[in-house]
Amino acid sequence: MIKMINMINWLLQIVSVTGFSVRTIPHRGGASLAAIVGIAGVVAVLVGVLSIAEGFRAAMTVKGPDDVAIVLRSSADNEMTSGLGREEVRLIADAPGLAQDANGPMASGELFVMINLPKRSTGTDANVPLRGVERAAGAVRGGLTLIEGRNLELGRSEVIVGAGAARSFAGLDVGKTIRVGQTDWTIVGVFTGGGGSSESEVWADAAVLQPAYQRGDSFQSVYAKLASPESFATFKDALTADPRLKVKVLRQRAYLAEQSTMLTGFIRSIGYGIAALMALGALFGALNTMYSAVAGRTREIATLRALGFGAAPIVLSVLAESLVLAVVGGALGGAVAFLAFNGFQASTINWQSFSQVAFTFAVTPALLVTAIIWAAVIGLLGGLFPAVRAARLPIASALREG
Amino acid sequence: MRFLRLVWSNLLKRKLRTALTILSVFVAFLLFGLLSIIQESFNAGVTMAGADRLVVRHRVSLIMLLPVTYGARMRAVPGVDAAVHWTWFNGVYQDDSRNFFGTFPVIPEDFFDMHPEYVFTDADRAAWLSTRTGAVVGRALADRFGWKRGDRIPLNSPLWIKKGEGAWEFDIAGIYEGSKPSTDTSSLFFRYDYFDEARADGEGRVGWYMVRVKDPDRAAEIAAAIDAEFANSPYETKSEPEGAFAQGFIEQIGSIGTMLIAILSAVFFTILLVAGNTMAQAVRERTQEIGVLKAIGFTNSRVMVLVLLESCSIALIGGLGGLGATWLLSAGGSPVPSVLPVFYLPTNAIVTGAVLAVALGLAAGIFPALAAMRLQVSIALRRQA
Repeated sequence: MIKMINMINWLLQIVSVTGFSVRTIPHRGGASLAAIVGIAGVVAVLVGVLSIAEGFRAAMTVKGPDDVAIVLRSSADNEMTSGLGREEVRLIADAPGLAQDANGPMASGELFVMINLPKRSTGTDANVPLRGVERAAGAVRGGLTLIEGRNLELGRSEVIVGAGAARSFAGLDVGKTIRVGQTDWTIVGVFTGGGGSSESEVWADAAVLQPAYQRGDSFQSVYAKLASPESFATFKDALTADPRLKVKVLRQRAYLAEQSTMLTGFIRSIGYGIAALMALGALFGALNTMYSAVAGRTREIATLRALGFGAAPIVLSVLAESLVLAVVGGALGGAVAFLAFNGFQASTINWQSFSQVAFTFAVTPALLVTAIIWAAVIGLLGGLFPAVRAARLPIASALREG
Repeated sequence: MRFLRLVWSNLLKRKLRTALTILSVFVAFLLFGLLSIIQESFNAGVTMAGADRLVVRHRVSLIMLLPVTYGARMRAVPGVDAAVHWTWFNGVYQDDSRNFFGTFPVIPEDFFDMHPEYVFTDADRAAWLSTRTGAVVGRALADRFGWKRGDRIPLNSPLWIKKGEGAWEFDIAGIYEGSKPSTDTSSLFFRYDYFDEARADGEGRVGWYMVRVKDPDRAAEIAAAIDAEFANSPYETKSEPEGAFAQGFIEQIGSIGTMLIAILSAVFFTILLVAGNTMAQAVRERTQEIGVLKAIGFTNSRVMVLVLLESCSIALIGGLGGLGATWLLSAGGSPVPSVLPVFYLPTNAIVTGAVLAVALGLAAGIFPALAAMRLQVSIALRRQA
C-alpha cells in the first residue's frame, strides 16, 4: 500500500514538474525557437530528399498482378543494349505459359530507342524514350487508358505519348508532329497507365519505326502476358532450354526495380548522409538550448529538490521539454517538406537506361513517420545530458546562485 | 595582446557551449564543402569544354551512329581544323554492372591532338601506338581497380559483340593524368582499328565527332555549315559547342540537381541560424560583465570589437575546420568514383567559405555588439543577468 502511494506520488511529481517546464517554454523563446528550427530543418531535408527517391521508385513500379514478363538478349542488362531478330520474337511468342486472346498469344516485340526532344522547363535536349510496339502492347501491360485523342493505327506514322512525357517535353501535344529523320510523326493521343516508366515514353508502331532507325527487321525486347503469375517458370524454362535462343527472361516488376536501383540508391545515400550530418548540427543546437534552459532554472530546480522532489522527475521533465521541442520541430519540418515537395513534377535521366523518366515527388506517410522518429531521437539525445546535469545540481550552492 | 587574452577567456568561460557552437558551425561548413565538390563534379564537363571544340552527333539521338567517312567531309568544311570520332563501347568489367566507367574506341594520333587535357608520357604514347590491343586508362580509373601498365583487362560489351567467341581483351599501354584537377580521368580509351576489325556488326560506323575550329568566334557559323553539309542525308547531324553539349547533359539530370543544391543551401543557412542565435545569446548573458568593463574604462568601440572578435573566432574556427575537413576528405580521392569521377574542393569554394565564415561571425555578433556598445553602465550594473 505504501509502495503504491509512493508510486502515485512519484508519478504526480513527474507530471507537475514536466507540466511546469513545458508551460514555461515560451518564456525561453529565442533558444527554444533555435532548437525547433534546427530540428525542423533536419526533418524537412530528410523528407524532401527521400521524397525524390520515393517518387522515382513509384514511377518505376507496376500495380496489379505480377504477370508480365520481359525477354532480352542474354548479354543485355537493359532494353537499350538488347537485340532480337524477328524469328526469335516469333519463337518467344509461341512459347508455353502465355495468355491468349482472339489474335493469339499476348506478346509484343518492341524497339526501344531515343529521340531528342526539348524539355519544357529548360528548352534543352533530353533523351526521350521512343518505343516501337506491336498490336498486343497495351493489352499485355493492362490498365492503359487514353485520356486524350485516340490510339495509334498500325502501319501509319503516328505516335501516342505517355502523360508524363506530354507534361515534361515540349511539342508533345495531340495534333502536333515530331520529326524523326526524314519523316514526320503525328501525335494522335495521350495515355496513362501501362506500368513502370511507360508514361514517360512515346509509342509508335514497331514496324514503322524499324526503317526510321535503320533497324531492319530487328527488335530489342518482347513483353508478354503470362497465363498466370505462376506460369513464369514454364515460360522461362521453355525459352532458356531452346537452343535457337540466347535470351534472359525477367518479370517486369523485378526488371523495373533493378533498373531504378542506381538512382534511388544514389538519392537515398545523399539524403541520409546529409540528414545525418545535419542532425549532428541540430543536436549541438538542441544540447545548447537545453543546457541553457537548465542553467537558467538552476535556482528553481534546486528549490524543487529542496521541497522533496526526486531526481527522476527532474530528469524526465527536462527530457520531456526537449522532446516537445523536437516533435514540434519535426512536425513543422514535415509539414514544410510536404507543402514544398509533395506532387512536385520532375523528370530526370535514368543512367541505367540512358533515358528520361518523368515522375512526381512523393512525401509518403512512412517518410513522415521516419522523420518524426529522427526528430524524437535528436530531442532525447539533446535533452539527456542536460537532464543529468540538472538532477546532479548541488542543492545548497544552487539555491544561492543567480 | 592582453585584449586577445580577454577574448580567449570569454570563449573558455562556457567551454561546453563554445565547443558545441563551434561543432555546429563545423558541420555547416563541412556540408558547404561537400556541396561545392558535388557541384564542381556535375559541372566538370562544362568547365573543361574547349571553346574551340564542337560536338557533332546524329540529329535524332546520340545513340544513333554516323559513318566513319563523315570525318573527312567535316575536315573539308571551311574553318574546321580537325575532327575525331568517339564511340560508346559500354564495356563492363568482370561482368558486374557496378564496375561501370566510360570506354571509347578512338584513333590515338587524332585523339592526342584533339584532347591536350589528357596528359601522356612519351613512352606511353609510343606504347599505345605500337600495341594494337593497347588501351589507355585515366589515373582515377587505374587507382580504382589497381591496374598497372602491361595488365590485360577483359571487358564485356552488351552493345558490341566480338567476332567469334569470348570477351574483348585490352593491354594497358599507358595511364594518363588530367591537366587540371577538374579533368575526368575515369575513362578507358582503346584503338579504333582493333575495334572496327573485331566487331561483329556495325563496321565503319562511329558514335559522334569532336571537331576543332580555327576561330572560336565563328563556332556557331561553322556548326551550321557542318549540319548543312549532311542535311537530307540518311544521317543528318546536330552540331553544337562542347560546352553547350555538356550543359545539355546536366540539364538531362534536370530539376534533381537544382533541387539537391537548393536543399543543401537551405540546410546550410538553417544551421547558421541556429549557431548564430547561440552566439548572440552568449553575449546577451554577459550584460553585467560588459557594464563592469565599461565602468573600468573600456571605450564603446572597444567593447564592440571585443564582442565581434569573440563571435568571429567561433565562426572562423568552426568554418575553417569544416573546410579543412572537406579538403582532407577530397585529398583521399572520390568515395563514389562511378557517380562522381571528379572529386576535389575548388579554390573559389575555399575563398567563398572563408568569406561566409567571417560574414557569419559579423552577423551573429553585430546586434549584441551594438547593444553592448550602447549599454549604459548604471543600467548594466543594476541588471540581474
